[in-house]
Amino acid sequence: MMPSTPTVRPIIGLEIHVQLQTRTKMFCGCPVRYDAPPNSCVCAVCLGHPGALPVINRRALEYAVLTGMALNCTIARHTKWDRKSYYYPDLPKNYQISQYDMPLAEHGSFEFDVDGTTKRVRIKRAHLEEDAGKNIHDTPGCTLVDLNRAGTPLLEIVTEPDINSAEEAYVFCVELQRLVTCLGVSEGIMQKGQMRFEPNVNLAIPADGSECRTPIAEIKNLNSFRSVRNAIAYETQRQLAAWQEDPEYVHGRRPNENRGWNDDRGVTEYQRPKEAAHDYRYFPDPDLVPVELTDAMLEATRALMPELPVARRRRLVQQFRLSPKDAETIAEHRPTAELFECVLAAGGPPETVGKQFVNVWLKLANDRGAAVTDLGVSAERMAELAQITTEGIVNKTAANQLAETMLTRPAPPRQIAEELGLIQVQDQAATARWVEQAFAENAQAVRDAMENPKKAKAAAGFLRGQVMKLSGGKADPKLVGDLIEKRLAGG
Amino acid sequence: MGAIIDISRGVRAGVQSAEGAVRAALDRVHKANHSLNALLACDADRALERARALDAARVAGHDPGPLAGVPLALKDNICTPFGITTCGSRILGTFASQYAAHVVERLEFAGAVIIGKTNLDEFAMGSSTENSAFSPTRNPWDLARVAGGSSGGSCAAVAARLVPGALGSDTGGSIRQPASFCGVTGLKPTYGRVSRFGLVAFGSSLDQIGPIAEDAGDVALLLKVIAGHDARDSTSVDVPVPDYLAALDRPLAGLRVGVSEEYFGEGLDSEVRRAVEVAIAELERGGAVVVPVHLPHMKYAIACYYIVATAEASSNLARFDGVHYGHRTENPRDFMDVYAASRGEAFGPEVKRRIMLGTYVLSSGYYDAYYLKALKVRTLIRRDFERAFEQVDVIASPVAPSPAFLVGEKAVDPLAMYLSDVYSVSANLAGIPAVSLPCGFTAAGLPIGMQLMGRMMDEGTLLAAAHQYQLRTDHHRQRPPAFAEL
Repeated sequence: MMPSTPTVRPIIGLEIHVQLQTRTKMFCGCPVRYDAPPNSCVCAVCLGHPGALPVINRRALEYAVLTGMALNCTIARHTKWDRKSYYYPDLPKNYQISQYDMPLAEHGSFEFDVDGTTKRVRIKRAHLEEDAGKNIHDTPGCTLVDLNRAGTPLLEIVTEPDINSAEEAYVFCVELQRLVTCLGVSEGIMQKGQMRFEPNVNLAIPADGSECRTPIAEIKNLNSFRSVRNAIAYETQRQLAAWQEDPEYVHGRRPNENRGWNDDRGVTEYQRPKEAAHDYRYFPDPDLVPVELTDAMLEATRALMPELPVARRRRLVQQFRLSPKDAETIAEHRPTAELFECVLAAGGPPETVGKQFVNVWLKLANDRGAAVTDLGVSAERMAELAQITTEGIVNKTAANQLAETMLTRPAPPRQIAEELGLIQVQDQAATARWVEQAFAENAQAVRDAMENPKKAKAAAGFLRGQVMKLSGGKADPKLVGDLIEKRLAGG
Repeated sequence: MGAIIDISRGVRAGVQSAEGAVRAALDRVHKANHSLNALLACDADRALERARALDAARVAGHDPGPLAGVPLALKDNICTPFGITTCGSRILGTFASQYAAHVVERLEFAGAVIIGKTNLDEFAMGSSTENSAFSPTRNPWDLARVAGGSSGGSCAAVAARLVPGALGSDTGGSIRQPASFCGVTGLKPTYGRVSRFGLVAFGSSLDQIGPIAEDAGDVALLLKVIAGHDARDSTSVDVPVPDYLAALDRPLAGLRVGVSEEYFGEGLDSEVRRAVEVAIAELERGGAVVVPVHLPHMKYAIACYYIVATAEASSNLARFDGVHYGHRTENPRDFMDVYAASRGEAFGPEVKRRIMLGTYVLSSGYYDAYYLKALKVRTLIRRDFERAFEQVDVIASPVAPSPAFLVGEKAVDPLAMYLSDVYSVSANLAGIPAVSLPCGFTAAGLPIGMQLMGRMMDEGTLLAAAHQYQLRTDHHRQRPPAFAEL
């Protein structure tokens, strides 16, 4: 039998590398491109050729400052660059230009919602550095080096160990991706390695009235949200089992370690003890002058700050009475959210716009694998559709059909509705005739609706559908429902 | 008038051809370089082709530039897109740079013709050019002696008049010390005055490219061409370049010359001391006022320098690893062996020594005691100079404690070799400009150099003082007897 399972509290900190989507690299003018032929986006500087010197990319600095501000960090007024030394073939200078003891941003925090409650994670620091190239091992007995990525601007964000579950870590990463894409500082595409995660994980276990902690494991180089969740979930279980087996498996008595995530087996694997970590011999890079950030520069950057995803979602819920789920869907991408608000600004009634935007426009975009902003339908026309739907000029079903037509026809929705004969028929007599006809043609359904309690609801729905069909989709569903109900009740 | 001004005027006026000037230089290289080993490479075809193009341009009515047709040699740690850039090292023995250093672009734009690359201590680490992987350079005044270093090849080439001018680099005295050993005029500009883009780094916070020529006038002309802001070097200063030539006429009268006893202490050769003292007296005769100054932290300069310079070097030289370019070992045992064996085979002993020193001082647990302490001392040395320059315009001193020593004399004693930089390193630590100019000869006929150090960005005052001194003396016009007939 298992010993009584203590209330174990995972302690998790994250290190996240975010590639910044600048046009050119961090320290040279080479383009930042993911899919270029190997070693085609390189120059003397990023190849580390003799005599070549780095020059900082001002845009990368601005992006990093903007992100630091969005993470509520204190932005350094004076910062510098340091060299981090280690030998590796994908690092042409055999040192990485980074920031050691004076990071660009420090002491921040990031708030987001997990399972309906607000979680706050402190941000320890965020600093700029250059990415390494890639070692490619797909030729047996031979390693090839592609230096296109070398020198890509990277923002390294380090949290305090404030995260307490795999799910929280997962949501943090998702929300961070939303943040950086909203800020426009990164595309945040996992498949392209634009965001990479390294969780530090250990457990606080209540034991004998006090609390003991397991050694910290750093899980290296995770590049999907799913692997973050799975690796942490696995690692917390592994550490608990290790502690249960070995009471000395405690921080300070057993070494901290680096572990790798094996996605195929679903386990973390031991790499090396943390104590054997490199001496990186950091020292200030004499090729780069320290950076002074002026008030003017900080103000100019702050002025670029958009409404952030978490805040925007909360506002959408409050202001437009959207469901949290719809708000999340709309706020997922900044251009989508901006279009949504443009539709509202163009006079679309909020409730209809909210439903239609998600159920009609986003669905149409999704079906086509396109962004809603690329559908070719302006905010004004979306607003008009919502307007005529709200006014009952077209019904919901007709609105769907109308929306699809609007993709290919630039005319105003009302005109298209008229041409397609989708204008809702409010004529009571005409509607009554369709009801009459439907009842006559569907005797069994009428019987079920009237006499069979088990089938009554479905049968009534069927009859409504038949009436709508007879009307060519033009009948007012509410009126149809009323008339059917009345007739069934014997009216 | 120096040879550079002479040639450029002649070529611009059409009384002399660039081709003729270049041919003459190539001819002298051909005759004399084998005994000096001053040039490591000489591309005669390219040089002549460029010279002919310059002549053609002039005939067509274009101004070929302020250095029209002037044949120059560059220290082989300055990247040229033609030929090789070896840094005097086996690890770059066949390395061809993909691009031109900023100074190369400037010189060629001004009409200069680069005829070759000069010998140096490996990666500019040394004071005698004996650390070159391609044999030492010999001193034209006495072939048994060193030319000094690390820009020994450039200084010997100018001293023997193979070329009228050359560029060197100076991290701790590497232009000034060989200039003094070879009897030529050499300037280390203010840190940031000349772009380092394309200079293979030794100690990045200390390195500066500078001109070497027969006299201060030619040095001024070369500096005018190579100085100025370059966006590719973040440490390059964006300050207008004055007309150094026009400033040469400033008289000595009223010039306040600082003399610090810290530069005349133990270890200074008596002949050097006497020559420098006589030279200072000559400045006084010209109207300069001698003012004693105190530089209390000078005694820490060598220790400070060899920590800062080696720390930076250990990092700067990490890129030479046999992976991407340069020498790679034949049969590595494993992946780490590519690094260890390639570097072990191709770096010379002095470079290895400095990489190890630098790695040590940056290591965890030693950083504060060595590197950080050295940075603090560096600040103190800089302040010493700032205070001194409140009282004086220039500071005069010996360049090196002795004249040129024998080949092999100090090669076995690295510390003795390091001490030959004792008077020169502090200008690099402080970032200030300093010029070395001939001020006499020993009884044995070896040149002696005087150093003038100046305020930040005040090369103009240094060059004017040097020029005025040279108007009153002829040490700089003396030529090594063995090469006088070239």
